[in-house]
Formats: sequence, C-alpha cells, structure tokens
Amino acid sequence: MFEPVILVTALINGLMFGAIYALVALGLTLIYGVLHIINFAHGALLMLAMYAVYFLFNLLGIDPYLALLLVIPSFFVLGYLLYRGIIGKLAHGQDQNILLITLGLSVIFENAALFFFKADTQTLNLDYAYEMIEIGPALVTLPKLISFGASIVIGLALWLLMAKTDLGKAIRAVAKERVGARLMGINVDHIFAVSYGIGIACLGAAACLLMPSFYVTPTIGHVFVIIAFTIVVLGGMGSFIGALVGGFIIGITESFGGLFLGESLGQIGIPLIFVLILLFRPTGLFGVKA
Amino acid sequence: MLEVSGISKSFGGLQAVSEASLKVSEGSIVSLIGPNGAGKTTLFAIISGFLKADSGTVNLYGDALGGLKPFQVCQMGMVRTFQITQPFAKLSILENIMIGAYARIQNPEDAAQEAYKVAEHVGIRVPLESSAADLNVAGRKRLELARALATQPKILLLDEVMAGLNPTEVEEILKVIREIRNSGITIFLIEHVMQAVMSLSDYTYVLNNGRLIASGTPKQVAADPQVIEAYLGQGASKLNQNPAIDA
Amino acid sequence: MNFQKPSWMILGTLILVLLPWILFSEFLISFAVIVLYSATIGHSWNILGGYAGQFSFGSVLFFGTGAYTSSVLQMNFGINPWIGLIAGILMGALVGAFVGFLSFRFGLRGSYFALITLAFAEAFRIIANTVEFTGAGMGIYIPLDQHPLNFQFEGRTGFYYVILALFLIATAITLKLENSRFGSRLKAIRENEDAAEALGINTFRLKMQAIMISGGIGASGGTFYAQYYLYIDPSIAYGVDKSVEMLLVSIIGGMGTVMGPFIGSLVLHLINEISRHFINAPGLSLVVYGVILVLIIGFLPKGLTGAFQSQKKVKRA
Repeated sequence: MFEPVILVTALINGLMFGAIYALVALGLTLIYGVLHIINFAHGALLMLAMYAVYFLFNLLGIDPYLALLLVIPSFFVLGYLLYRGIIGKLAHGQDQNILLITLGLSVIFENAALFFFKADTQTLNLDYAYEMIEIGPALVTLPKLISFGASIVIGLALWLLMAKTDLGKAIRAVAKERVGARLMGINVDHIFAVSYGIGIACLGAAACLLMPSFYVTPTIGHVFVIIAFTIVVLGGMGSFIGALVGGFIIGITESFGGLFLGESLGQIGIPLIFVLILLFRPTGLFGVKA
Repeated sequence: MLEVSGISKSFGGLQAVSEASLKVSEGSIVSLIGPNGAGKTTLFAIISGFLKADSGTVNLYGDALGGLKPFQVCQMGMVRTFQITQPFAKLSILENIMIGAYARIQNPEDAAQEAYKVAEHVGIRVPLESSAADLNVAGRKRLELARALATQPKILLLDEVMAGLNPTEVEEILKVIREIRNSGITIFLIEHVMQAVMSLSDYTYVLNNGRLIASGTPKQVAADPQVIEAYLGQGASKLNQNPAIDA
Repeated sequence: MNFQKPSWMILGTLILVLLPWILFSEFLISFAVIVLYSATIGHSWNILGGYAGQFSFGSVLFFGTGAYTSSVLQMNFGINPWIGLIAGILMGALVGAFVGFLSFRFGLRGSYFALITLAFAEAFRIIANTVEFTGAGMGIYIPLDQHPLNFQFEGRTGFYYVILALFLIATAITLKLENSRFGSRLKAIRENEDAAEALGINTFRLKMQAIMISGGIGASGGTFYAQYYLYIDPSIAYGVDKSVEMLLVSIIGGMGTVMGPFIGSLVLHLINEISRHFINAPGLSLVVYGVILVLIIGFLPKGLTGAFQSQKKVKRA
C-alpha cells in the first residue's frame, strides 16, 4: 500500500521521536522509582523548558544544541528547588496530596505561560532545520538525526550516573530502602530533591532536542503527559530499560498510526496502549511486581 | 462450624501455608498460635477471602467459602479484624461502627442505635462523635472489635487483638471477648500474648513454618515438646520441663 | 457556623430562587449562572472523588458525553434538547459504567485510576475529533432559536433557573448521600477499601454506583453548556481543562462535603472576575487557582469548608 520509502521514513521518524520521548519518560520513571510519586507537572515543566530553549535562541542567538549546556543544569536546579521548597514540604507524605500538588503546579505553569507568552505557536527558525540526510531509502532532517544521537548519549550518561557514581548508588539505595538509607547516613530529603532535579534536567535536555523539529505552546505539555505516562507504564514504573524500549515503541506507534489512520485518528494508538497496559499488565514490560 | 481442610499457599517459591487443617466448633474460643512468620495471618486471610489458596477448602456451616470475596464472607457471618488496625480515620468513631452495622441494617437511625450498644459492650469510653484518628492503640483495638461486632457475625476472626496493649488493657479485652462468646458468637483468634491464649481458649492450634505442628487444649499444647522447640529453638524442650510458658 | 443545617439550606435555596429579582443586571445573573454551572460539574467530581475516594483526572468524559449527546441528537436527528438532556444524563451514566467497570474490575486504584480516566478522556477526544457525526475538529454549532421549548432563552434568567434546578438536584443527591447508608459506605471505601470489604461492603458495586451518578451529573452540566454557549468541539468537550475545573472547585471548596463545590466555585469565579478587572489577560486567574490549590493541599487539606468546621473539633486522647 505504501512505498517502502514512506514506511522506512515513518519508522526512522518514529525512532527519532521515540528516543526523545524516552528521555522525557526517563525523567518520569526516575522520579517514580525513587520518590514513588507520579509527577503530573512533567508535561508543564517540559513546556517551560521548551520556551527556555525558544527564548535562548531568539533573544541570545544560542543554538538549541549548545543550549543543552545551560538548560540541563538550570532545570536540575529548578527541579531540586521545586521539590525541596514545595512538593516535599506540602505533601505531608501522602500520595494523593502529591498527585494534586503536582497537578496544581502544572496548572500554575501552564497558565503563567499562557499569560506571559500568549497562546501562539512558536517554532525555531534554524538554518539547518531542513538539511536532509540520506538513511537507506529515506530522507531524514538533520536536527532529527542529531537529536537521536544526543538522546542516546544523554541516556547513556544517565545510566552511567546511576550505575557507577556514589550519587547514583545513594539514589538507588534510597529508592530501595528509605529507612535503611537514612540509617546509613544518607540525607534522604536531599536525595529525593536531587532525584527530582535529575528528572527535570532530563526534560531540559529533551526540550533542546525537541525544539528544532517541533513547536511550543502553553498547552503542549498535555500531549507529552499522556505520552510520557504511557511509556512509563508500558515500560514499567521505575525501569530505565523500560523507558527506553517503551519510548521507541510509542514513537513508532505514533508514527505508523499517523501513517495508516490519518492525522487525527492516528493519535488513538497511545491512549489505547495506555488503557490496555493499565488493565492487563500494569507492571509494564520490565516492571517489578510490588 | 468452621472447617478448614488441606489449605496450602505459596508465594513465589516460598511455601507460606502447607496442608493446614483445623476445626472451630460453634460457641467455642479457638486460638491459633505460632512463632512470627509461621503463616498465621496468611491462613486468616485465606479463610476470610482476602487471599486465594492454592489448594484446600474452607467450609462455614457446610457451605464452601472458596472463591468468595471478603464482603461475601462477611455476609455469610464471618468477619475478621486486622493485625494493624484499619480505622476509617477521617470519620467519627460512631460512623466507623455504624458502617459495620450497615452490613445488616439499612436505616441510619437503627444503625446508630446498634453502634451505641456495641460501643458500650466493647468498652469504648470516649465520646463517639470524636474522630477515630484521635484514639490511642487500645481505643483502636476496641474500635476494630466494635466495628466487626456490629456486623452481627456468627464467627469472629481476631488477628492479634491484644498486640500493643498493657496488662490492664489485656485484662479488659479478655473480659470483653468472653462476653462476646457468651452472647453466642464463636471466636477464632491469632494471638501472641500467652496469658490470653491460656485463659481464653478452649482449643489451640499451633502453626510453624506453615504447618500445623500441634493441637489440643492450651495446657496440652504448652507441654508439647515440638511446640516448645518451635518457639525457643532446637533442644529447648529438654531444658525446661515446666509446662507453663510465657512466650 | 454549620452551613449544612437544614435551616441554612432552606434559606440558601430561597435566596437562590429569588436571585434574579434581587440582582438587576444581566451581568450578575451571568455570573450566577457560571458559578452554579461550575458547582454542578464540581458535584460530579465530588461524589466519585470526595466521597468514594476515587480521584478522577478525566471527569470531563462525562461532561463531554452529555454535551455531544444532546447536540448530536438535536442537529443530526432533530430531537428536542430537553429530551437530549435526559439522553445525555443516561449516556453520561453509561460512560461512567463503562469506565468504571473496566477500571474497578481490574482493580485500579489511586494514581492508576486517575491515569486511566485521563487516558479515556483523551481517547474520546481523539474519536470526537475524527468522527463525522460529532463534526470532527469543527465541532457542532447549535443554531440560535430562542424559545424555552428549545432549551434556549432570551436573556440569562431562563438559563439561570435551569442550571439552578440542575445544581439543586445535584446538591440534594449529595446531601442525601451524606447522611445515608450508601454515603457512609462510600466514605468507608475512601478511607480504607480493604477494611470496607472486610465489613461486608461490595466495593465494586458501590464504586460503580458512585461513578454512574457522577457520570449523570457531569453530563447534565455538559448539555447545559452546549445549550448556553451554542458551540462545542472536541477540546472543549473532552479537553483536560474541564477535568481540572471539576476537581479544583471541589477540592478548594472542600471535598467530601455538600457545600464544597459551591463554595469552591464561588471563590474561583470571584477571583476570576477580580483579576480580569485588573489585568485582562487569559491565564492569570488560573495561575491563582493553581496557587490556591497547592496552598490548600499544603495547609488546609479539608478545603475552605473544612477550615470553618475544624473550629468545633474537640481533641481526645
């Protein structure tokens, strides 16, 4: 029905976006794995990061890929402060409170963005945005390729952080056993905030990689909330591999969905997968049964 | 009236309960004891419908309970309390007990009346309008008991109802439990407080590592060398010939 | 002061009934309409979330179903919107039953339940955006034909009395719930579902009943909206914003209380009007809402009504 070129292009596009989605989901699954909270502010924070990239480019002329160096650390700090100052303090440890507080934060961020930036769609006008690279029979835009590579690199860096560094060990200790970790002298509150910060830093990275090929409006977070949650649930809450594999699966689903079902109905794949996983395999592909 | 036969349950590779069989006759107080981790609460959970057994049957008055959900088990007349109390924290003590009463009673006024009655029997002394969250441990245990009683059960499963109580409180609860039995309700309880087990039970079962290792009157069981070893370790039965144990 | 005493309720109802005669301006009556409308859909969330403890992040599902049902019946089949209202309420309850059956049968609770409701709402939005008979992305315009029999009124007063009726019905349902066996057992499920099961409560059946009631009430708000604004589209009918509004008014006003949704709605719309007076820009009032939500969760978890009631609490050891 479709020519191989189209199919392969869709596949590659799916993988490219999938890699970025995976990055977004990595942050979410890290936050869930360590803090056991479902961060409803995830989409809104990604949106803020994307605006940051937009303004860095339009006001200061900083290329989005260079902006990685600025956005990642600053969003880490933002995440850290958000947790330390607001989420950690106000939730009183109750699950449903955290749900609502992160929801409240998303309402605040989205509407603040609406207020300050208006509802217009914004994109970056990069010189090299439309340079095409040949991959097999398909043509892919340069930014997508760079983003794909960058997200793999960042994903690997994150894995190294978690597996090889002392900080990573502390984080994993806290994720496994809070009380024990505290008894070992680990400052649990600090680790919680660091973990949240890392999760948000992932969003900063994802924003830099997304903006060259995408757009931003104040409500763009909604789209990503569903995508990110679907990936995390599909891959298994708290599982890194799950977030990566899930990201690719969802990216490809979205791509082929659009191809075969059209722009509108094509989006149904994601909430459908979400519902099916929640009903039939809530622990996801790689998740551990509680 | 309650017949448990050949119940086995494993979690992953761990055999929690293995071929457990016991009987609780109507109007008696039967206790289930054993060291920590023996599988007592798992057995309770299976009997009351919270867990499904891998094999075996549970019969109440001859009716099989296997596969029934907990609320159905309650409707059939068997209700359990929880080891770690589960009060409806944001509700008043009165409403907590009324919710138990609603298992049989439709009308709120009648439910409230029943709640007051039950609260008095069980010995709750604080005003019933106060919040359940304000109760201390003994109060919560009494609330747990009251709530279960309000469902007008035929048999009551008590899971470590004495845990966390001081000796005076234990005495009080013992009295209450005896009164409950005298009013015609059968009692099956898991307990660690030996004083309670000895003075209350007509019959005792001992569970260790998921298996029933002894049964009989409390006195018989206390003298059983296997039981002594289960609690105190191998060889302990030879050390102490005195049958009155304090676990 | 306990505003939930019968005397206050009767007084309040009387004032609300007479309100259009007391307020002379159309503007104020419009405001009253909006407040009552938000409170009504707030009641929908409140019954499922506040009383039964099942937090839904996709309650817009019911709203949108009501709106589309009456509108589609009207535009595609020429069916009178009043009948459409009844049909919408039934469809809302049905959708509730559908989502509830799947979610509760598969044992979804807490955050997982919240997430699946979000997913369902999104799925419905995508379908509404695609399918012909809902007008796809263009939505549905209802032609102006102001006649009470058409569920359209000249001026605001007619609409006011309709939404007042819907609001009073929803409030009455909640009030009945508060003092009944059904309501207490719902609260038991909210507080501790396992303990509730142990006490003979068929939690599945009760949660289904709660979600169906929630569905019907939410749908009534949807039909009203469609007739009031004469336009709906997929993002209005099934977008996240409505879900957030429905839960915001309940939580800020006080979830699990009868007056919560009304108080929450009144406060939020007052803030909206006031902030619009000073800076007329979209988003500002919702920023304030969000801040209030966060503050309420942090410092006043019982919401605004709870803040008044806790004065009476007596602490006992």
